[in-house]
Amino acid sequence: MSSDTIALSTVGPDARPIGERLHDWIVTVDHKKLGIMYILYALFFFVVGGVEALIIRIQLIVPHNHFVSPEVFNRMMTMHGTTMIFFMVMPILFGFGTYLIPLMIGARDMAFPRLNAFGFWMTAFGGLLLYFSFIGGNGLYGAGTAPDVGWWAYAPLTSHAFSVGHSTDFWTLAVLATGIGSIGTGVNFIATILCMRCPGMTLGKMPLLAWLNLVVGGMVIFGISPLTAAQIMLCIDRYLGGHFFDTQAGGSAVLWMHFFWIFGHPEVYILVVPAFAFVSEIVPVFSRKPIFGYPIMVAATIAIGFISFSVWAHHMFTVGMNSNGNSFFVLTTVAIAVPTGIKIFNWLGTMWGGKISLRVPMLFCIGFLFQFLIAGLTGIMLGTAPFNWQLSGSYFVVAHFHYVIVGGIVFALFGAFYYWYPKMSGRMYNETLGKLHFWLFIIGFHLTFDFMHIPGILGMPRRIYTYEPGRGWENWNLIVTIGAFFQAAGVLVFVFNLLWSLWKGELAGNDPWDAWTLEWSTSSPPPDYDFAETPVVRSRRPLWDLKHPEDPDWKYE
Amino acid sequence: MSSAAYTRTTAEPEWVLPSRGRVGMFSLIGAESAVFTIFVVAYIFYIGKSVAGPTPQDVLELPIFSTICLLSSSLTIHLAVRALRQAKVGAFGLWWFVTMALGTIFLVSTGLEWRHLIYDKGLTVSTNLFGTTYYSLVGLHAFHVTVGLLMIALAMILTLFGKVKPEHSERAEVFSLYWHFVDVVWVIVFTVVYIIGR
Repeated sequence: MSSDTIALSTVGPDARPIGERLHDWIVTVDHKKLGIMYILYALFFFVVGGVEALIIRIQLIVPHNHFVSPEVFNRMMTMHGTTMIFFMVMPILFGFGTYLIPLMIGARDMAFPRLNAFGFWMTAFGGLLLYFSFIGGNGLYGAGTAPDVGWWAYAPLTSHAFSVGHSTDFWTLAVLATGIGSIGTGVNFIATILCMRCPGMTLGKMPLLAWLNLVVGGMVIFGISPLTAAQIMLCIDRYLGGHFFDTQAGGSAVLWMHFFWIFGHPEVYILVVPAFAFVSEIVPVFSRKPIFGYPIMVAATIAIGFISFSVWAHHMFTVGMNSNGNSFFVLTTVAIAVPTGIKIFNWLGTMWGGKISLRVPMLFCIGFLFQFLIAGLTGIMLGTAPFNWQLSGSYFVVAHFHYVIVGGIVFALFGAFYYWYPKMSGRMYNETLGKLHFWLFIIGFHLTFDFMHIPGILGMPRRIYTYEPGRGWENWNLIVTIGAFFQAAGVLVFVFNLLWSLWKGELAGNDPWDAWTLEWSTSSPPPDYDFAETPVVRSRRPLWDLKHPEDPDWKYE
Repeated sequence: MSSAAYTRTTAEPEWVLPSRGRVGMFSLIGAESAVFTIFVVAYIFYIGKSVAGPTPQDVLELPIFSTICLLSSSLTIHLAVRALRQAKVGAFGLWWFVTMALGTIFLVSTGLEWRHLIYDKGLTVSTNLFGTTYYSLVGLHAFHVTVGLLMIALAMILTLFGKVKPEHSERAEVFSLYWHFVDVVWVIVFTVVYIIGR
């Protein structure tokens, strides 16, 4: 048994002209650069989608408001949904995955670096295509510019009769292009995690982030592909005069719903499982304990991956399926709550008896735990067909899925930002500003999305442009809109913190959190080659073994 | 921590991981299967739902010859890959060429069938639901055959210039997985379109 020590070089400032350095970023196939480009690109669209959300909320602040026209409202609603799902949350999660997976499994890059670049540029192209519709999506007067068919784009709204001009084509092609990029990224995640692990890192010793992203890769290839297929069909309908979703020629609008939701529900888990991955990395480090129930966590994730493909029609209870169909989808929907619940208990079990340090990443993760629990509970309510018949298509549903996406995924994402910011930038963020961001955002979140449930129960339908006074909805909508501004203020503080800390933050060093996974053994930011020498691991916490040679993990695993 | 160190143990068994080419190709095949599944489901769902003719019974004929060609190309590509693994580059080139020829015959027959349907029978993608689903499903498959043929042609050109060597056998094998997949899909498309749907 021989051992040797690896000294790491530090990366000095790059003295080359800015044009040359930018050119490096354009042609790069390096997973760290692509990861950061994914993240910055998604942050840009986060702000754009956020502005669209604010426009929607200002329009709904009082009854009979005329802040924007009904046409613009529909465009904002469509663009907000499409942007946030396809051009914000997915790219940002792919960005973190692309950046972190090779570092965490001790590899120098992804399995297919050029495919990685292809995935990013397809996503970038898709986003440009979608927003180009504001300029290029002309049609008849009043029917042109951005798509306004809602992010589900239900047939027959997308037929030529109702979507004159090219705006819907921009939507279809943008989603199609992004989908192809995402499938490439999914393939790459799977190949990287299965084939690029450093010596000693068996599947049972991988960090949970790698495990969960392996499942995400599987869900991407089987979940995004149906959407790609459905978009091809929509293109055939719109360009070649096909009849897939043309009810006049015997086509079926319900078929589009099925195809959309066969993508749409696994998509929720494609978005939330990486968030689980962040929480599974952050909670142990800030509780100073290894993750509780690692094998169960992996098993629960795989179970979620499988079950997520059998729940899609719980989005369609009001379409009119027979009672067997309804019962099946109620049962599967309730069943998926079991592995999800197991995860919540695992995180609580990790925190239990731990030495909890309430730094900003941990604050966001604790917020995630509570909010994701509530989101899951309203999910079970909506997953029960009779309850769903009452509240489907109301603001209760909007409140529920924003609880999942904002209260769950975005909170975990912010946690991930603060946790890995020192690694990616080499500098610490400002803790005070981080806490300010957390409190502004959590207050805004609860003002908006707690109170949004109530007008839903009172019967306020989603997607409406305005509403009559005297239905008891006014005060709730006012509170909801005020909350949205708190969230916006929180995001501004966050963006300011990121930029300011990049110049003024104190140097982070390699391992500011005293963490245990391999990415913290490289310099911050890591060198181009990640690891000067391929690491060898013997347990799930290689850096613990390194720091505590007298009591290494591998003796117990 | 300013620097990092790892314990390297040289006495442990060799670290073997799956080939990324195979894993990547199997993942791609998984994604493609999902795409084809959606198109097959749409085809089956719309069987007999067209509001106007022509119907599959009226116009479709079994493409037996081209099916035999495509399916036997799976065997020839397998023989080609095996030859390359055994360092017989000449035999590889021969089998590879036969594969390309069989694939081309299939594609040309599909083209002729479409020509017959469009000009003689008046069936286009916009005629009725049958036309829409038929051209989409068969066309999606033909598109995959075309992509495969382009790749085969590229490798054929490289072979003619003497650039293909036995060490490339794994790449040829990874590609052959794709070609086998395209053949399997044809078995499903054939069953659905020409047997169940007719």
